[in-house]
Amino acid sequence: MSSTPTILEDVTGSEASLRRFLHGLPGVDQVGAEARAAGLATRSIKTTAKAYALDLAIRMVDLTTLEGQDTPGKVRALSAKAMRPDPSDPTCPATAAVCVYPDMVGIAKEALGTSGVHVAAVATAFPSGRAALDIKLADTRDAVEAGADEIDMVIDRGAFLAGRYQHVYDEIVAVREACRRPDGEDAHLKVIFETGELQTYDNVRRASWLAMMAGAHFIKTSTGKVQPAATLPVTLVMLQAVRDYRALTGQMVGVKPAGGIRTAKDAIKYLVMVNEVAGEEWLDPAWFRFGASTLLNDLLMQRTKMTTGRYSGPDYFTLD
Amino acid sequence: MPSPFEYAPAPESRAIVDLKPSYGLFIDGQFVEGHGTPFKTISPATEEVLSEIAEADQADIDAAVKAARRAYDRVWSRMPGRERAKYLYRIARIIQERSRELAVLESLDNGKPIKESRDVDVPTVAAHFFYYAGWADKLEYAGHGADPQPLGVAAQVIPWNFPLLMLAWKIAPALACGNTVVLKPAETTPLTALLFVEICQQADLPPGVVNIVTGAGATGQALVGHPGVDKVAFTGSTEVGKAIARSVAGTSKRVTLELGGKAANIVFDDAPIDQAVEGIVDGIFFNQGHVCCAGSRLLVQESVVEDVLERLKARMSTLRMGDPLDKNTDIGAINSGEQLKRIRELSEVGDAEGAERWEVACDLPTKGFWFPPTLFTGVSQAHRIAREEIFGPVLSVLTFRTPAEALEKANNTPYGLSAGVWTDKGSLILKMASSLRAGVVWANTFNKFDPTSPFGGYKESGYGREGGRHGLEAYLRTPHESAR
Repeated sequence: MSSTPTILEDVTGSEASLRRFLHGLPGVDQVGAEARAAGLATRSIKTTAKAYALDLAIRMVDLTTLEGQDTPGKVRALSAKAMRPDPSDPTCPATAAVCVYPDMVGIAKEALGTSGVHVAAVATAFPSGRAALDIKLADTRDAVEAGADEIDMVIDRGAFLAGRYQHVYDEIVAVREACRRPDGEDAHLKVIFETGELQTYDNVRRASWLAMMAGAHFIKTSTGKVQPAATLPVTLVMLQAVRDYRALTGQMVGVKPAGGIRTAKDAIKYLVMVNEVAGEEWLDPAWFRFGASTLLNDLLMQRTKMTTGRYSGPDYFTLD
Repeated sequence: MPSPFEYAPAPESRAIVDLKPSYGLFIDGQFVEGHGTPFKTISPATEEVLSEIAEADQADIDAAVKAARRAYDRVWSRMPGRERAKYLYRIARIIQERSRELAVLESLDNGKPIKESRDVDVPTVAAHFFYYAGWADKLEYAGHGADPQPLGVAAQVIPWNFPLLMLAWKIAPALACGNTVVLKPAETTPLTALLFVEICQQADLPPGVVNIVTGAGATGQALVGHPGVDKVAFTGSTEVGKAIARSVAGTSKRVTLELGGKAANIVFDDAPIDQAVEGIVDGIFFNQGHVCCAGSRLLVQESVVEDVLERLKARMSTLRMGDPLDKNTDIGAINSGEQLKRIRELSEVGDAEGAERWEVACDLPTKGFWFPPTLFTGVSQAHRIAREEIFGPVLSVLTFRTPAEALEKANNTPYGLSAGVWTDKGSLILKMASSLRAGVVWANTFNKFDPTSPFGGYKESGYGREGGRHGLEAYLRTPHESAR
């Protein structure tokens, strides 16, 4: 069963029709897209607008640890940070989620309890995606069974670059099915393109449509393991895709830039872009996320500065 | 419903600008009183009076031309190119150092958003001086003869749409080639020219090399008609340009004219649509459409017109109009009440001719001169809004079926300053660029300016080129002329 909207069913029927559709999407002019992103980045966000943006950005953070050295202790600490990013200020909102490897889902779930902070798990042989489909599906089911609310999968970039779009599509559809929980609800599926490997904006636009048609709840730039990770122009192209997809199908899809977003200033540039390109409906943790780890503390530091009028040092903010 | 993410006001401070209650004329290295009737310059965004400006009469013009001649004969034309270059480099660097001050003053006096004066106008001004400074000691290699000589005194009259940038386009090449100048800024935007002379003083530019006379049309007429000038350079309307051409006919004065335009911005069905929409917006709404090379005629292939218009309207709705000094303002004020009247009149003609008007719904400030970003659909070549230059934020949308028809329609205008082509097909870009009768053809971009690139018109958009190596020719005696 696929969740492709009726209007696009003809498109996803065969390799040939899928290719025709994706290659028929309007091209992206690199210079123009980068100029537009740079133009939006000059917006000056001050006072009340800045306060709003900082809190929203905190609420949109998927606080992430994806290391070989992750331990239960590290994940518990990260979960505590996600629930109470600024222990000295009860008005500070919690982050959207913590993002961990599948074997840490149970620990995170337990630590987060009923706080409302989601557990997101990377799956499908993250970050390379180089494994057989049943292994990817088992990886996904494992995370879902352990209680993951959200699954961040990677696409098969090799297949995509070789032009085997149907293969990529079918995999996303299969993973989406593996996201089904016994209660019938779906864990939310984020589809990672690894835009640093797809390289061109035309590829990013095609991957966006491919993933949306296959039933992605979110489209996500990067794993954080490949450089460049998230950039403003890549995110611009993805925001245009979700905007156009809604115009065509009526369905909203979320966007998650991940990797390399470290400062509050950068985060605000992304929010300006969400506001002016996709539209204000996307200014919500349900529709836009930041995949980040160090970003949170800079947001907190700026937030404290807004309320106290003074900058404080990094020692006043918890490491995790 | 207001957006939850309402950008708070982010005004650039005016404090950096030291506005004087009145300004005189700048002649022979100092400010002197004018003998005409002083006039006021206002902020078009608020109608606040900014300063009182002297008007130059015939005797003042005479004094300015004499000062320029003296500086030419005694100092500037004899100075080695590498020495002239030093002054130009110095001016360029001071412009960079005082860029914020220049940008704020330009936005105050002109009404354009600070974003544009800060990110486009002033950096391009500095770049222009740097570029021509580099030519000053290399003129013999510019392809205009083995030993090119300056012309003498240049009379330069510039418009109000890019006051400081047009000043740079005129003064930088003139000085690099060894000419001296008398320049008249537009009467609604004299302030940055008067700040520029402070920069000349700061750079120790010899007196008389740059002279500024202020006033309106009559002052400009007196300047270009003065028998002591060797060269006339004008940027402005085609009507005034023609009058200037007539007045200098039969004299030995050299003339370059950069006049009006009604540029076609051509969008083919395979264009990168999102970027094309940005280009359409840049093409017509940049600087409130007060751009001679504005893409005021949008030619869209009929097969994609609905998609393009839908995206264009959505994009136009995100344009932020208001206080020119707010850093988030995209669209500023119309430069004058007179210009606003003309924009309104021509838009009403559009209504009367049966075109369909669509404008961004926004509250206009009660004071000052404002016109919302507007487009007209259902426009044909026969409509006046498709033929006459509106010089405001008003876009006429026409359609075409084939490249040949696009070309025919694009060239079917008395103007020929610029054009834009949007397509993913390289061969089509080359074909269009070689067949469009326009001085500049932009491919998958619009309104991009660079000092290295020549700029100028075909047909009634004028003659002569500004910018680049070609721009030097307007200020040098060519071997052909020297032989005469």
